[in-house]
Amino acid sequence: MFRIDFNKLRFLVCDDNPHMRRILRTLLHSFGAREVYEAEDGATALEMYSHYVPDIVITDWAMPIFDGLELAQMIRQPESKGNPYAPIIMLTGHSEKRRVTIARDAGVTEFLAKPISAKGLYQRILNVVANPRPFIKTKTYFGPDRRRNMNSAYMGPERRVGEKHEVLQQPSLLDKARSSI
Amino acid sequence: MAKNSARDIEVKAFATHHVITQPNPLRKVLRRVEAKDMDDPVGRAEQALAGLSGEFKDWMATEVDRLSAAWAAIQKDGFDDARRGELFRAAHDIKGDAATFGFPSAAVIAESLCRVIEHAPDLARVPAELFSHHINAITAIVHENTRLDSLSVSSELSRRLRKVADEYLAHVNRDRPEHLEAILAPSIVPGE
Repeated sequence: MFRIDFNKLRFLVCDDNPHMRRILRTLLHSFGAREVYEAEDGATALEMYSHYVPDIVITDWAMPIFDGLELAQMIRQPESKGNPYAPIIMLTGHSEKRRVTIARDAGVTEFLAKPISAKGLYQRILNVVANPRPFIKTKTYFGPDRRRNMNSAYMGPERRVGEKHEVLQQPSLLDKARSSI
Repeated sequence: MAKNSARDIEVKAFATHHVITQPNPLRKVLRRVEAKDMDDPVGRAEQALAGLSGEFKDWMATEVDRLSAAWAAIQKDGFDDARRGELFRAAHDIKGDAATFGFPSAAVIAESLCRVIEHAPDLARVPAELFSHHINAITAIVHENTRLDSLSVSSELSRRLRKVADEYLAHVNRDRPEHLEAILAPSIVPGE
């Protein structure tokens, strides 16, 4: 069984809502974290990211001007001077599957849908600390491996390796949705 | 923790992609403990959160005031990007926070309001009552109900508002497949 020494971790929390920042700060300090830096928008968070070099970023999605998705995209610049590999946990009120996909494609490491719980947050942090995934760089993506399951039999349209494969046609979700109206 | 040095990073090049691996930079913060270890960081955090709960009603009231102000600004001057964004973020924050603050029905209604803002093709043509009923319901739950809003009327109100909003959205998006798909897709949050 493993525990995390939170007092050795440096967190950057980005949320425009002061109540949520207070809750996050309370939870992280209770876990044992000492260094918790807070930003109320993406631009400030990016500056703090460069300055404090946090080990883990926890960010909201919906924020004015410069949101959490853009923050993730700015951090995941492979040629940047900063660290493009830091784990990013997206903590958001968005709860649709397509949002998870969008966040994943922006380089987010873990997605945690609100309402927040101590257990949910702890598990996401444990996962990024204990089970880091390799990073993948393609023409259009730089970020943690989006495939968590090693399925060598996968034959879908986005198979990564350039081997011969069949593309299986899958029923459209739209067709399913329309038939349920 | 130190930043990763380029020497630590191994890059394997494939035809279409690179796979970049490195020693776990956070491995030093992991500590093996005995199964009988009594430390319970999650329990400690839950206790700390409970310690904040005396402030939750005031926090919720602040969130509701923000939502009402955003709606009042739209009633006065109409929708534009800034006012739409503020209304959405105010509703979205309540969707995310209200259950934590002990008002789960308010969270459900706020989610319904977010869906209207996000998926209605023209917000200026949405009946104003659809917005005001959502906002009034959230206000009533927060200001007039007890915490944990266990009263069945809150649940019934949230269920009916969601039903009306979904029917409206399905109708106005009948020719917009990408929105219809998003509206009908299930939530990833258990219990919704």
